[in-house]
Amino acid sequence: MAQTLEQNGNAPILSVSNLNLHYGTAQALKGINLDMARHQVTAFIGPSGCGKSTLLRCFNRMNDLVESCRIDGSIRFNGDEVNETSTDVISLRRKIGMVFQQSNPFPKSIYENIVYGLRIAGVHDKATLDEAVERSLKSAAIWNEVKDRLNDSALGLSGGQAQRICIARAIAVNPEIILMDEPCSALDPISTLKIEELIEELKSKYTIVIVTHNMQQAARVSDVTAFFYLGELIEAGGTRKIFTNPEKKQTEDYITGRFG
Amino acid sequence: MEREHISTAFDIELNELRQSILVMGGKVELMIANSVKSLVDRDTALAERTIAQDHEINAAEVSIDERCLELLALRQPAARDLRFITIALKIVTDLERMGDQCANIAKRTRELNEEPPLKPYIDIPRMAHWAEVMVKEALDAFVRGDSDLAVKVCKDDSFVDDLNIQIQRELLTYMIEDPATISRAMKLNYISKSLERIADHATNIAEMVIFMVKGKDIRHTIA
Repeated sequence: MAQTLEQNGNAPILSVSNLNLHYGTAQALKGINLDMARHQVTAFIGPSGCGKSTLLRCFNRMNDLVESCRIDGSIRFNGDEVNETSTDVISLRRKIGMVFQQSNPFPKSIYENIVYGLRIAGVHDKATLDEAVERSLKSAAIWNEVKDRLNDSALGLSGGQAQRICIARAIAVNPEIILMDEPCSALDPISTLKIEELIEELKSKYTIVIVTHNMQQAARVSDVTAFFYLGELIEAGGTRKIFTNPEKKQTEDYITGRFG
Repeated sequence: MEREHISTAFDIELNELRQSILVMGGKVELMIANSVKSLVDRDTALAERTIAQDHEINAAEVSIDERCLELLALRQPAARDLRFITIALKIVTDLERMGDQCANIAKRTRELNEEPPLKPYIDIPRMAHWAEVMVKEALDAFVRGDSDLAVKVCKDDSFVDDLNIQIQRELLTYMIEDPATISRAMKLNYISKSLERIADHATNIAEMVIFMVKGKDIRHTIA
């Protein structure tokens, strides 16, 4: 039974149905059905080991790197099956970018970090690259902080700045979806608020799926919240509803700090 | 000047909340004026419209309450933001009770307009004017975070209380002189009492504003 969410009348950009995932003999995801709407922020919450990061990593086939991982069921991105062997994984990952828990700038200059994906894609025109750097850094709300030191190493930035550089790097290749796996868990509260404000701005251009341990963060940034527990999707719905009056008792117990 | 939040969406939401309380307050002020105007002008149609307007006030209470709950759940406000939102919750309750009192005044007016006037109305319109000004100033104080203005509202309440006592005494003399006036005098008494209650609700708002601005609870301390 698919959970139908607010779609603004559009087809979902990502559609998961009957998804099961095993790591060896352990089942990490059990019969997940979930649609994600374009230009919305969807947050995955749940206690450690509930499968939320695992599901996120399915969307751009990051689990291909895990040998014992076995997936059945369907994930459709713009209607196309992600798990087909014919899917071009490189192109998929360009369209579905990712930002991780620990900011991971490359040991290169800020400029080279941003254009890295474009260079790999064969773009070498200086004007195009310059334009992409400025546009991406502005979109990631860090242009003013770094515009005078684009050739400095990205490793010299603070944690919050480095995370915004990683977001800018993800944006540079014009993705449709940005996956964020605990993007603020290593940041101080003010840097966290800046990233959250950035997420709010980015959703007019991109679709965002964020995994977070911090359910208050899910409340602040997301339009839709999905609660996972022991590999199952317990409840998904409008964030206002989930945080004021959820349908399921398990959800209520988790968000009120009664278990998990 | 108040600094903005890093989250612009939260700033927008707080502003919207502030605006919707002002709109609700504006409607209540109009109801106070119209309920007493319908009495003075013997305008029963205006009384009926005032009674009907109470539904708008009730609906505003429900929707503002809902918004406050969402903001508490989704934004986890702290310090003055927390005080602002929890006080908004209480202010709408006071505004809604004022709306009820206005509807009551209009209902008594509808009955009074069926009979010849007992006397020219002088003090009741004065009271209504004071009550309306108190509501307006209490809400201005809330929006501007102006605790001095809120203190003034608290003080003005005693003026309305005195007027109420004066009106009750006067009506008593009518009733003693001629028992045929009792029914009308009791209704006017009721209207005077309603206006006095409206001023009390405005005082409640003003006291909460002082708490919001200074973080200090002065309720039940001003004689």
